[in-house]
Amino acid sequence: MQTGIKTQPISTRKKRKKRNGDPFSGWKENLAGYIFIAPMFLGTSLLVLFPIISSLVLSFTDWNFVSGYRNASFVGFDNFQKLFTNPLFLKSLTNNFIILLAIPVTLFISLSLAVIINKYVYFKDLFKVIYFMPFISSIVAVAVVFQVLFHPTNGPINQFLRAIGVENPPGWIASVAFSLPSVMLIMIWTSIGFNLIIYLAGLQSIPKELYEAAQIDGASAWYQFLKITIPLVSPTTFLLLVTGTISSFKIFDLIIVLTNGGPANSTITPVVYLYQQAFLELKTGYASSVALVLFIIVLIITYFQFLGQKKWVNY
Amino acid sequence: MIDRLDTRKLIMTIIMLFLGLVFLMPFIWMISASLKIEEEVLTFPIQWIPESWNAVANYKEVWTGSMPFLLLYWNSIKVTLLTTLTSVTISGLAAYGFAKINFKGRELLFIIVLATFMIPPQTLLVTQFLLYRWIGLYDTHTGLILLNSFSVFGTFMLRQFYLGISNEIIESARMDGAGHFTIFFRIALPLVRPAIATYAILRFIWTWNDFQYPLIFLRTESLYTIQLGVQSFADEHGSIYSLMMAASVSAIIPLLIIFIIGQKHVIEGIQLGGVKG
Repeated sequence: MQTGIKTQPISTRKKRKKRNGDPFSGWKENLAGYIFIAPMFLGTSLLVLFPIISSLVLSFTDWNFVSGYRNASFVGFDNFQKLFTNPLFLKSLTNNFIILLAIPVTLFISLSLAVIINKYVYFKDLFKVIYFMPFISSIVAVAVVFQVLFHPTNGPINQFLRAIGVENPPGWIASVAFSLPSVMLIMIWTSIGFNLIIYLAGLQSIPKELYEAAQIDGASAWYQFLKITIPLVSPTTFLLLVTGTISSFKIFDLIIVLTNGGPANSTITPVVYLYQQAFLELKTGYASSVALVLFIIVLIITYFQFLGQKKWVNY
Repeated sequence: MIDRLDTRKLIMTIIMLFLGLVFLMPFIWMISASLKIEEEVLTFPIQWIPESWNAVANYKEVWTGSMPFLLLYWNSIKVTLLTTLTSVTISGLAAYGFAKINFKGRELLFIIVLATFMIPPQTLLVTQFLLYRWIGLYDTHTGLILLNSFSVFGTFMLRQFYLGISNEIIESARMDGAGHFTIFFRIALPLVRPAIATYAILRFIWTWNDFQYPLIFLRTESLYTIQLGVQSFADEHGSIYSLMMAASVSAIIPLLIIFIIGQKHVIEGIQLGGVKG
């Protein structure tokens, strides 16, 4: 590879020799720069910047997609007022905060597995692949499979539970009380792979000498895990906590296919609520205000991430 | 000492293999159920190896039935390949521009592009939908491809790699009179080929699995991608589990194969970016 690179430009040398001026700056350099980034920048402007600004405007209107924009009018903060007194939206927010509880569990399992895979087993790569599989699998297909596995009467999971003596196994996605925990279980299952892989990278940066010194002092494996591993991977933990929190506000496919927000709205999240308002109820203006609130929530979390990062970087 | 350590490692490996098997149980169950006749799907204790095979009929129904997976596959392959191609091209160009060309406003434009990364894609759906209806991209594959083509993640990741190319190589090429396009194609691109491969595989996986954009931006059934097809199929055949599992297997397996072949690239890419799809 290396040799090919060095010889190729020489062949074009003669043709391009005649060029005036300083080639490293000036309008030509500017022009080249703009041409290179133009597709990316135009696409981002059209599909991200323009929509987010229009959302901002729309969220103050009562635009309904069916009646068209001619009948829309500005309604001030009406949408937001409605939103924060709407029991369904408030429930969806509560649900999202409950879902956050799955993150520490995922982190703990992932870190434990990462430590074991890093040090105590053969065939490391095999284990990486095994735990990573759910993460790269289609969530739609995974949700379809779990729909059957979680079936309250005939599902394999409950048949197994009954066989080992659980008399009243939970109704899983069919019961109001267990539907959200079921969603969280699947979330944990699918995200272990990602967290594990990031933790494995984080573990590489811990100096081996620390463990060697601890070993000489006679510290047990558990003590080393507690006193060396956990504190030294804390920047990774923090990163995963933040990405986990942000991505919890983006869960959509799993809930739409698995429960569609039900039963009795027990698994509704802000994103699902947004989808229902925008694309089933067609309340464009109102849905935009949901989008805006969602955006602000994620912005606040990201802000805390930056605050936190400052603290962790000096570590 | 060394012998004892190895036994411990061996025992741990066996325990972990067992755990891994439990972890993958849903997949194994799915594959097994897709090969059975319907009556035996839910028998307990689970028959991991089917007693009455029905694989051919199940998969035939899925692939050529009322929601033909043959068509869904074709749509998905088309959309995914084109998205990967455009996204790699666009991100590759922009990343080079941001890393190696000194143009006015570079830092500011880069920050603007990076900032859009924090915006949850769902908050844009409503207005993107309106925009697409307005400019006629709604219910088209072109529109779907464009939605996944402007990746901040790809731009950021490839930029990191371009930054790793020493400026001396580029400067000496410039002294020889090469323009940025020549440098980009002849020098930069070959040097970051591994990174391009990593990003291409990740983009392929994410686009293949994408459900949200097809759900909202496609309406015509003949344009459906595989994820949308699986959902419609499940709605339609919701009570025939063996068929649902055959559909799920069909949606998951090709990607698992790509992943297993390119696992090094995928895992390194994820570690590098630290970002979820």
